[in-house]
Amino acid sequence: MKNIKFFLIGILFGIVMSKAEIISWYRIYEMFKFQSFHMYGIIGSAVLIGMVSMFLFRKKVVKTFEGNEIHIPPKKKGLYRNLLGGTLFGLGWALAGACPGPMFVLVGKEVVSILVVIFGATLGAFFYGLLKDKIPH
Amino acid sequence: MDFILQPWAWYVAGPVIAIIMFLLFFYGERFGVSSNLETLCSIGGAGKFSNYFKIDWKQNKWNLMFVAGAITGGFIAANWLTINDTVALNPQTVKDLAEIGIKNAGATYLPDEIFSVETMISVKGFFILLVAGLMVGFGARWAGGCTSGHAITGLSNLEIPSLISVIGFFIGGLTMTWIILPLLF
Repeated sequence: MKNIKFFLIGILFGIVMSKAEIISWYRIYEMFKFQSFHMYGIIGSAVLIGMVSMFLFRKKVVKTFEGNEIHIPPKKKGLYRNLLGGTLFGLGWALAGACPGPMFVLVGKEVVSILVVIFGATLGAFFYGLLKDKIPH
Repeated sequence: MDFILQPWAWYVAGPVIAIIMFLLFFYGERFGVSSNLETLCSIGGAGKFSNYFKIDWKQNKWNLMFVAGAITGGFIAANWLTINDTVALNPQTVKDLAEIGIKNAGATYLPDEIFSVETMISVKGFFILLVAGLMVGFGARWAGGCTSGHAITGLSNLEIPSLISVIGFFIGGLTMTWIILPLLF
């Protein structure tokens, strides 16, 4: 039951992804065509406000609801990992018009075909797990 | 109420996403959707094939609950909070899409040329959906994060690996949009 709060935060996430049309394939297309400010405004403002949150976490002004310090796990370093993995992700993002969050939101919108994309993405994660010692990081 | 039923502007959505990230950290977790794909692999028994998936997936239950919420939120928004499914696009975008074979851009959230059931059950359509997913899943786990983990959380935290990943997102996204998509339809 302690996970119910994550369910509620997820509902808010699903609503904002849908209402701001972030789950629309067209919004991703126009972003990569530089024909609209919409997605840049969303990501940019989220990052700017996020920086303030991170600052408050780091300065220990804000702690978890249980009073523990908030540690932000650092991202793994590695040029190949980030650049090649990122590029492959970008190819898929622009083709599907959805990254992992919006994919699940589209299930709620009852888009049957997105299940093929989610199946592919899960399979992709599986293949990564199989091949990860053989590819550069 | 009308405000909620209309499409939300970027300056509403961006701050709401920042609040979501804040809440996840406040409740002792983090913002990252693509790690759920690995959790799904672990639940499906992928640990038999690679030690990478031999994790105690129950510790990621909170994130699965987040995903269940996202699906529910998508259902709520589609059924009760949206009166009009059109997406107001730049006329240039509509024109560009018509030229590469995607008609009626913006009439609904998604193009039929990719997402209709008829397309899905065609060989080419199914293949496009599957490959798009494969690239997203493999790429996200290789890079160690997707839009939520790298572009939002990582950039907020001024992480160099996330900056490099986001540059990669754009190299891939621009290549797909400008070079590959025009060849597909």
